[in-house]
Amino acid sequence: MSTFPILSVVTFLPLVGAIAILTIRGDEAVVARNARWVALWASLSTFIASLFIWHQFDTSTAEFQFQEEVEWMAAFNISYRMGVDGISVFFVLLTTLLTPVCVLASLESITDRVKEYMIAFLIMETMMLGMFCALDLVVFYIFFEGVLIPMFLIIGVWGGPRRVYSAFKFFLFTLVGSVLMLLAILAMYFESGLTSIPALMEHSFPASMQTWLWLAFFASFAVKVPMWPVHTWLPDAHVEAPTAGSVILAGVLLKFGGYGFLRFSLPLFPIATVEFTPLIFTLSVIAVIYASLVALVQEDMKKLIAYSSVAHMGFVTIGTFTLTVQGIEGAIIQMLSHGVVSAALFLVVGVIYDRMHSRDIETYGGLVHRMPSYAFVFMLFMMASVGLPGTSGFVGEFLILVGIFQVNTLVAALTTTGIILGAAYMLYLYRRIIFGKLTKESLQKIFDLSGREIAVFAPLAVVVIWMGIYPMPFLDAMHASVNHLIGQVETARALNDAVVLAGQSVR
Amino acid sequence: MPSANVPNLIPALPELFLAFIAMALLMLGVFQKGGVREDSRTARLISSLSVVTLALTLLLVMTVSGTRMLAFNNLFITDSFATFTKVMVLLASGVSIVISREYMQRQDMARFEYPVLILLATLGMMMMISANDLIALYLGLELQSLSLYVIAAFQRDDTRSTEAGVKYFVLGALASGMLLYGASLVYGFVGTTNFDGLAAQFHGAGAPSVGLIVGIVFILAGLAFKVSAVPFHMWTPDVYEGAPTPVTAFFSVAPKIAAVALLLRVMIGPFGELVAQWQQIVVFISIASMVLGAFAAINQTNIKRLMAYSSIGHIGYALIGLAAGDAVGLRGVLIYMAIYLFMNLGTFACILCMRRGDRMVENISDLAGLAKSHPLVALALSIFMFSMSGIPPLAGFFAKFYIFLAAIQAELYALAILGVLSSVVAAFYYLRIVKVMYFDDLVETLNKPIDRDIGVVLVGTSLAIVLFFIYPSPLLSGAQAAAAALFAG
Repeated sequence: MSTFPILSVVTFLPLVGAIAILTIRGDEAVVARNARWVALWASLSTFIASLFIWHQFDTSTAEFQFQEEVEWMAAFNISYRMGVDGISVFFVLLTTLLTPVCVLASLESITDRVKEYMIAFLIMETMMLGMFCALDLVVFYIFFEGVLIPMFLIIGVWGGPRRVYSAFKFFLFTLVGSVLMLLAILAMYFESGLTSIPALMEHSFPASMQTWLWLAFFASFAVKVPMWPVHTWLPDAHVEAPTAGSVILAGVLLKFGGYGFLRFSLPLFPIATVEFTPLIFTLSVIAVIYASLVALVQEDMKKLIAYSSVAHMGFVTIGTFTLTVQGIEGAIIQMLSHGVVSAALFLVVGVIYDRMHSRDIETYGGLVHRMPSYAFVFMLFMMASVGLPGTSGFVGEFLILVGIFQVNTLVAALTTTGIILGAAYMLYLYRRIIFGKLTKESLQKIFDLSGREIAVFAPLAVVVIWMGIYPMPFLDAMHASVNHLIGQVETARALNDAVVLAGQSVR
Repeated sequence: MPSANVPNLIPALPELFLAFIAMALLMLGVFQKGGVREDSRTARLISSLSVVTLALTLLLVMTVSGTRMLAFNNLFITDSFATFTKVMVLLASGVSIVISREYMQRQDMARFEYPVLILLATLGMMMMISANDLIALYLGLELQSLSLYVIAAFQRDDTRSTEAGVKYFVLGALASGMLLYGASLVYGFVGTTNFDGLAAQFHGAGAPSVGLIVGIVFILAGLAFKVSAVPFHMWTPDVYEGAPTPVTAFFSVAPKIAAVALLLRVMIGPFGELVAQWQQIVVFISIASMVLGAFAAINQTNIKRLMAYSSIGHIGYALIGLAAGDAVGLRGVLIYMAIYLFMNLGTFACILCMRRGDRMVENISDLAGLAKSHPLVALALSIFMFSMSGIPPLAGFFAKFYIFLAAIQAELYALAILGVLSSVVAAFYYLRIVKVMYFDDLVETLNKPIDRDIGVVLVGTSLAIVLFFIYPSPLLSGAQAAAAALFAG
């Protein structure tokens, strides 16, 4: 099986779909219909192909699997390298799961320039998958940055009234961080002569250099996560993006940051990681508490969920930097869970937005009377977001808290308040939209979920409950890689301490 | 033996060929029958012949290429660096003629002198690239500049065009004067104008005299004017805006590439040993160009002015590679200029599509809703814009990548950080064009369909930009060999 380039196939399958859509000619309605179906089939077959990766995945090793290597820029020793380990494989699955869901959700709500929309989505899927599979820094960076182009267009062309402002803000914020990371990548290449990620993990950078490299990577990932205080692009982008755009943004793009910390900051710059842990904890605690409080007073549903994303991603960064098995596994589970749950919540908002064209909480109230199945779906994902036991959110938050309690009790206590506040704003949102009397005139004729919408939510609901009740398949697959990661950090620190001690004893 | 007196003409064969054909075409044009219909026919014929000539010259350049050869008492040099840059210049000139043809016919300025002047300017550029002596350098530069002054004012009944020509001439003459003064100072203090001689003099010598440094600064100032680097950039926006659009397209690529090549050869060749003396100046010019190019372009409404500032910024990036002062940096500059060539030609081909009725429009707002009316042109232009802002996987990213790689290796961290940050600022105005095309509503459509010549150029350049990443090796190895040749000399 090692010769078949399954990762490249999965990565570039959506691109093939995009090219196929590009060639569709003819009447506008025909083009739109064909584009929709081609996009759906392309993304579905990508999902099926990615299931094969999971099936073949060997959970007993921390090695990168399904590795591919093709010579690319030979003069620079830069190659096209792909591979997944227990950390990245789930992000690949998350991406391939969410894209068909997004396409399905956009089938009816997007009527303008359908062809371009679907092409942008499929190109974006390729970029995202490539980002998670890349095992070469330069290849990684290309995919990482390449996502900006389709996302910029999706927000700007199909977004809401303030889409131009939001699209620019999204693009420029991300670009500032990324270009600094590019310089760090070049500096690493200069220092080590390597761009291969597995090879770089064996390489140890001098401690003084690690600080700067870590900061440069941090600049990029912190914007993506997003961490306080560079989170301000997120509410704007979420509010203005079309529903499916918000889903991908919350579901996958935010994970770039968390994944980046796990893949690069921790194993490559372990000394700097330990050094900067207090900074991360401080910023994350602020993010958790501040974003939760802000979410409490939002009048716009999408903005509320956007702030809740900031809070939840604060949990992720805390868990990552505990450097404990529970904390890191919790962070990964939390990212996956948040990827599904927040995506689902944006879709939940999208359902009523498609009917009423309003995102204001005030517009709604008492929807349970007209839309019982909608109320059920909303409740399920709302509870998962709060972290109710039995849903995926609980597993992630619980593991993170276990991890952080071992490291820093104060941070743990402060983080826990975030869970309480999270429950408060989500329940408050739910009460205002679903409960109460259905008094508003405009809501009298609102109808319940359609078959297509149920098809959109069903896979997400299954995943949320599966991960909540029986998370072992997920945790088992990541154990080896996470242990290996922590081992790398510990070894590097021990090595550094030994060098420092040796230096002192010589003096 | 009388044959011993015949100089070895092989190294200069492409230039000789081009010179003869240019003069022959001039004769051909002059002796054609006059009249409105005939003039236009002659112009069409001669521009086709010029493109063919440039293509043949390109072939000759490729044939002659390879080892380092000198001619005309060491005044003239050809090596793989010269080949690489000459190929770029010839491509730029050829494409410029191709995209100008329809425009010239429509604007009633189809005169046969235009392609001939471009040929002569190209000849000047090739001589600049191959100059191995300060005198030869000056001759090539002036042949190029004089042709360009005329082309800038080619739309002679248009005040903006003539103003551009005069402005370019006055400031260009000043720059040439400075360059010449610098060259004479260098000659006065060192005693030779030959590049090899100069390099030999500086090799292992102690600190250079003040007079020599002043001379180098003057030469650098003159060349900075030609590449339109800050603080010698003032002419660029006005000339770009005033000159007819195909002329602007030509200005933004061929003379730039030639001048950058000249700058590289002069700085690395004769003055290579004095890198410590001129590095600071280049760093300053580079930072100033990047920052000004980024910030001054934000408020522009005219797309040609915007492209002027954009080209100032791009020169700033290219100069980072020179500031690094090593083979890696030079390779970066050459790759950068090659990719810049494609991006700029493509962008100007798009600008040439901006016609409404029988007049050209030049405001960025005129592009509103282009994605609806001309989806493919809008796609191409947004590819160029994203590429210019350096977003992967487009070619513009790789251009910046190699440049910053050189900066990091030379430990010019401040330059690199300022460079990437100004590229973010620049991304803003490139994105603005995408925004206007894709996010704004269509007000008034541009003419349809676009010309076939321009369409071909658009497809070619945009495919080159998009697909560059798949197989970058030819350009990389070419640039590598070219950069190495300069250091071998």
